[in-house]
Parts: sequence; C-alpha cells; structure tokens
Amino acid sequence: MAEIMYWEALRRAHDEEMTRDPLVICMGEDIGVAGGTYKATNGLFDKYGPERVIDTPISEGGYTGLGIGASFVGVRPIIEIMSVNFAWLAMDQVFNTAAKVRYMSGGQLEAPVVVRSPGGTAHQLGAQHSARMEKVFMGVAGLRVVTPSNPRQAYGLLKSAVRCNDPVFINEHELMYNMKGDVPDEEYFMPLEGSEVAREGIDVTLFGYNISVHWCLAAAEILASKHGINAEVIDLYSLSPLDREGIKASVSKTHRAVIVEEAEPAVGVGSEVMAIINEECFFELDAPPVRVSAKNVPIPYNHTLEKMAIPTTQDVVDAVLKQFGLS
Amino acid sequence: MKPADKKRVLKEMLFARRFEERCYEAYVERKIGGFLHLYSGEEACAYGVLEAAKPGHDYVMTSYRDHIHAIKSGVSPKAVMAELFAKETGCCKGLGGSMHIFGAEQRFMGGYALVGGPFPLAAGIAKGIKLKGGDEICICFLGDAANNQGVFHESLNMAKVWDLPVLYVCENNLYGIGTRIERSTAVVDQYKRVGAYDIPSAQVDGQDIETVYDAAKIAIDHVRSGKGPYFLELMTYRYRGHSMSDSNAYRTKEEEQLWNERDPLNILRDRLVGAGEITVDEYKQWDTEIIAEIEDDIIKFAEESPEPSAELLDKYVLAENDPWVRGGAK
Ligand SMILES: Cc1ncc(C[n+]2csc(CCOP(=O)(O)OP(=O)(O)O)c2C)c(N)n1
Ligand SMILES: [Mg+2]
Repeated sequence: MAEIMYWEALRRAHDEEMTRDPLVICMGEDIGVAGGTYKATNGLFDKYGPERVIDTPISEGGYTGLGIGASFVGVRPIIEIMSVNFAWLAMDQVFNTAAKVRYMSGGQLEAPVVVRSPGGTAHQLGAQHSARMEKVFMGVAGLRVVTPSNPRQAYGLLKSAVRCNDPVFINEHELMYNMKGDVPDEEYFMPLEGSEVAREGIDVTLFGYNISVHWCLAAAEILASKHGINAEVIDLYSLSPLDREGIKASVSKTHRAVIVEEAEPAVGVGSEVMAIINEECFFELDAPPVRVSAKNVPIPYNHTLEKMAIPTTQDVVDAVLKQFGLS
Repeated sequence: MKPADKKRVLKEMLFARRFEERCYEAYVERKIGGFLHLYSGEEACAYGVLEAAKPGHDYVMTSYRDHIHAIKSGVSPKAVMAELFAKETGCCKGLGGSMHIFGAEQRFMGGYALVGGPFPLAAGIAKGIKLKGGDEICICFLGDAANNQGVFHESLNMAKVWDLPVLYVCENNLYGIGTRIERSTAVVDQYKRVGAYDIPSAQVDGQDIETVYDAAKIAIDHVRSGKGPYFLELMTYRYRGHSMSDSNAYRTKEEEQLWNERDPLNILRDRLVGAGEITVDEYKQWDTEIIAEIEDDIIKFAEESPEPSAELLDKYVLAENDPWVRGGAK
C-alpha cells in the first residue's frame, strides 16, 4: 500500500492497461507531449508513442466520436475531455451513439469507450468552467457513470472501466487531482456498480459522491464531537446505476438521510436518491430526507459569492441538526 | 468495369429500386413505421463505389438512407425487410428500424439518424484499422447537407492530420430535406470544401455507374495505399421525397423531369442494350423475376416473422454479465 496522489493513481491505471493491451489508447487535448493538464497521462507519450497517446485538436465532438468509432473495431480508447464544461460539445456522440449503438444494432456493435473529465467548482474559474454535469450523464440509458472520491477509487474504477464492454463516463474533479490516498500495490479493480461505507454510523446517513464525500466526512466529525450524533457516510461512487441496495441498507439502519451534492438541486443525485428511498424504504424513515445542494445559479466569479453558491461542511452540519430539530 | 460485372450490377440496381419501391407501398399499408428514407434515383452511388471496394472486408457506414448500402455490403435483403417490418428476424431484431440497419458480420457499421454523426465514427474505425495494421478502409456515405455540421470539419481535419484510411463519399442530391443546397451552403461544390484540409477530392456524375466506379477506384486506391483520406462527391438526385412524410413541393417539375431522364438504371441499361450485352426483353424478364422474388420471398418472410419477444426490451442496454461491473472475472 502506497500513498499516492489522485493523478498518479490515474496515470498508473492508464500505464498498466496500455502495457497489457496494445489496443488501449488514450486521447485528448494536451495529454501527450505536454503530459496532460492534470498529469493523468504524464510520460505515456514517450513510452507508447503518438499512435497510442494522441494529442487531439480542440474538437470535442470530433475526437470523442472518433474514439467511439475506434471502439467498434476492438480499440479501447480512454478519452480525456479537459473540462466537463467542454463535454457538452461531445454529447451527440456520447448520447446518440455510444449509449445506443448496442441497443439499436440488436446487440451487434458496442462502444467500450471510457470518457474521463473533471467537473466541479475550482477557484474562481467562472460560469463556463464550473459546471457539474454528472446529473446529465446519469440520466441516459446505456451509459455507466462513476465518480471516484479518492486515489484508490480513481485507480480501481479506471482499471475496470477500460475492460468493461459498456461506455463509461468517469466524473472527476478539478480540485482533487493532488489529493493523496492509499492505493494497493497489487493490481486492483473496483466494481463499477455499488457504493462504499466511508464512515460507519447509526444516527443518520450522509450520502455523498466525489468531493462531497469529504464534506460529509468532515461534517460527521463535527456532528460526533460537538453534537453527539454518529453519522454514517455512504460514498455513491457509482451514479449510474445508483446502488439501490446500499441506499436501502443504510437508511434502514439509521432511519435518516441527508444527500449532499455539489450540483444544483433539480433532477440530480439528491432527487434521485430521495426517489429511491421513497421506493425502497419509506416506512423506515424517522424524518423527511433532506438535500444539501448548490444554489440554482451559474457559478459566479467573485470568490465570496462562489463560496456561497456551493455547499459547505457547515451546511451539511446545519441540515442534520435541523432534521433532528436541534436548530 | 467488365461487361459481366456491368450486367450483374444492373440487375442488382434494379433489385434495389424494386426493393425501395416496395418499401414505399409497405409504408402506405402501414407495415413499416417511423421514418422511411428511400434511395431511388441514387443507386449508382452505392453500387459504383462498393463495386470498386471490397464489401465484407472494408467497413461501410452511412446515414438513415441506408437499406441499399447495407444490402450491397452483404446484409440479407430479407433481414433488412424484416427489420423494417419490426420483426425479431430483422437484422437488428426489430430494435433498430429503417434508419438503423446494421450488419456487423458484413462490416456494415450502421445507419445513423443524426445528420453528420458518422463523420468522426468513420475516422475512428479508420484509426482502429491503422492501429491493427490491416489493409481495410472505411467508407462513409453521407449527404450534401451533412457537410454543414461541425463534425464534418473536425473529422476531415483529424483524418488528414493522422492520415487515416477513410473515404468520405458525398451523395450530393442537391437538397437537405426541402432546402436546396445554394440556400444553405456557401460553397455549392462540396469537393472544393475539403481543399481547406488538403484532402484530395473529385466531383463526378453520380448517375452513371461507370463514371462512379472509375472515380471510386482512384479514390480507394489512394486510401488503401496508405496515403490518407479522400473525398468523393457524386452528383445525384432522389426521386422520392426526403422521407415518406415529405410532400416534395419544393422541387420543380422541370428539375424532376431533367433528372428522371438521367435515371442511373436506364443509363446503364441503354448502354448495355446498345452494346448487345442484354436485350430489352431480358431486362423486362429480370424485372418480373425481381418483383416476384421480393413479393414471394422477402415480403412474405417479413410478414410471417414473429414480433420481437418482450425479453428483448432491455437485453442490449448494458453488457450482459460483464465481470468488470463486479470488479473482475468472478
Ligand atoms: C443533427 C440533425 N439535425 C437535423 C436532422 C433532421 N434531418 C434529417 S435528414 C436532414 C437533411 C439531410 O440532408 P443530406 O445530408 O443532404 O442527406 P439526404 O437526406 O439528402 O440524403 C435533416 C435536416 C437530423 N436528423 N439530425
Ligand atoms: Mg441531400
């Protein structure tokens, strides 16, 4: 077990998969000679050459479609889209083709591509560089969506995603590439479906994914030390499909749910988890579930306003206290 | 083209025409649903290019106007018709429909409904060919109006930068639905547009299959020899409306008349009759046989085939039992 950074974990997964299979390639803007905006492909250009580590033109629709086409004939492309905001330009190819080609061909073709892209609000990047788009991807049949919250997951999910025969969207985060964490020394594959218990507890379940898992964990510490509330934290690293069983099991234990998301509330992870709770274990609830979401605004440039737009650890603590009738 | 091949391909084109016209009737009879785009009038494009290629070896893809490209690539006409009739015996088990004909075994990589969508997919297949080191090429047939999509430019650029073995065939029938080309497109000659990417190109008569074949030979030789992409523009015309829901009101009788006189079947037939290769009676005999074959064999098969079973509804959404979903091969 070694402590490495999130980007190093991604880089290791790329490297191992490219060594194993000559048809695994990676492509994206500035990923080759320049080593990648987030260094996830650092050094791979020298090791595998320009045919397999492809610096693309700034044509998100074009190169994503190209990767999808290549996947029809056995290639396993890992496509990096520099920022999820730019992924909108690739939506036609991802939604209309990758997600549907197996279905509409009656099982004849499939598109085993991986699309990785960071979303989230970073530091004053403004409205067009701060989108959180996981909700958009997770609403489409035929596509898997995973979102690693730590280096171990980043490594293990990419390893499995490359080998899976479905198109997989990996939702990363601008602020998390330098996060450190333990990753097993031996090869490790994460299941693409499921959830993880990030902290065990009995009084309330905090549901998070990607960066909001860390807000939940910090909030759980405050709740335990200052308020005597022992919160469980569930890491929903698979957003499509969501882990119905895991959600049900935790809520059936704690009887309370708070869902924490960095995105705007409408048609998102929070509303979806609430629907699952309703469908699976409504009568287990001691209180109505609560969402802690971003404000329904484009992200402002001003730093103070930017902070106000997205949830904080304190918002999570407050939401729990309110649910318990303690504030 | 050799005389024997010309004779065979004339018969194939006659089959294509009758197949499409029978689809028209089946649509009116409500046996075929959804959108239906027919290829009548444009036959020499697909047949000319694919005669010069190696169907089954080379990869082929196109738009929603796809029945005939699939058939010429080797997909069984019965399976195509059964697909149009939405039956389980259809090439896509009734899940695809007219706009989504596929034949992976025949390397017919599909019909796609989003205008321009296949441009980058074809470049990607070509990238795969290159990585694997084969001598196949990918041939992508699309319409003239598709060239106004952004991915047209993105794909040409990438195909050229990476020297990909892809042949783009533009079937220029002068219209994108009801909008004539000069009303939507700044440069009307499509082959000129690819000059911006330094891609070799040609524009030829798409109604004369021998002309198409000769131009396609040059194009395919170029692509197969590893020199990178090529763009072939074929001037053609569709005889039916854009789809079955199109009134066709935007075209003049004079224009239609002009192109009817340039029917690709008649051009080749008259030439072969003139050369003594076939007789008019022989051609009529073919026609009778083809109409009967379509009726007795193909339509009957489609009619009598079963509806897809309900278990197909969610069978192909995600991979079945993919071990990596569980984190490995357990
Ligand atoms: C992205 C997209 N926009 C619009 C349409 C609607 N549409 C279908 S076919 C078509 C015209 C395409 O014309 P062209 O590319 O010349 O092909 P043709 O039908 O003439 O063969 C349009 C606008 C569509 N299917 N996809
Ligand atoms: Mg057209």
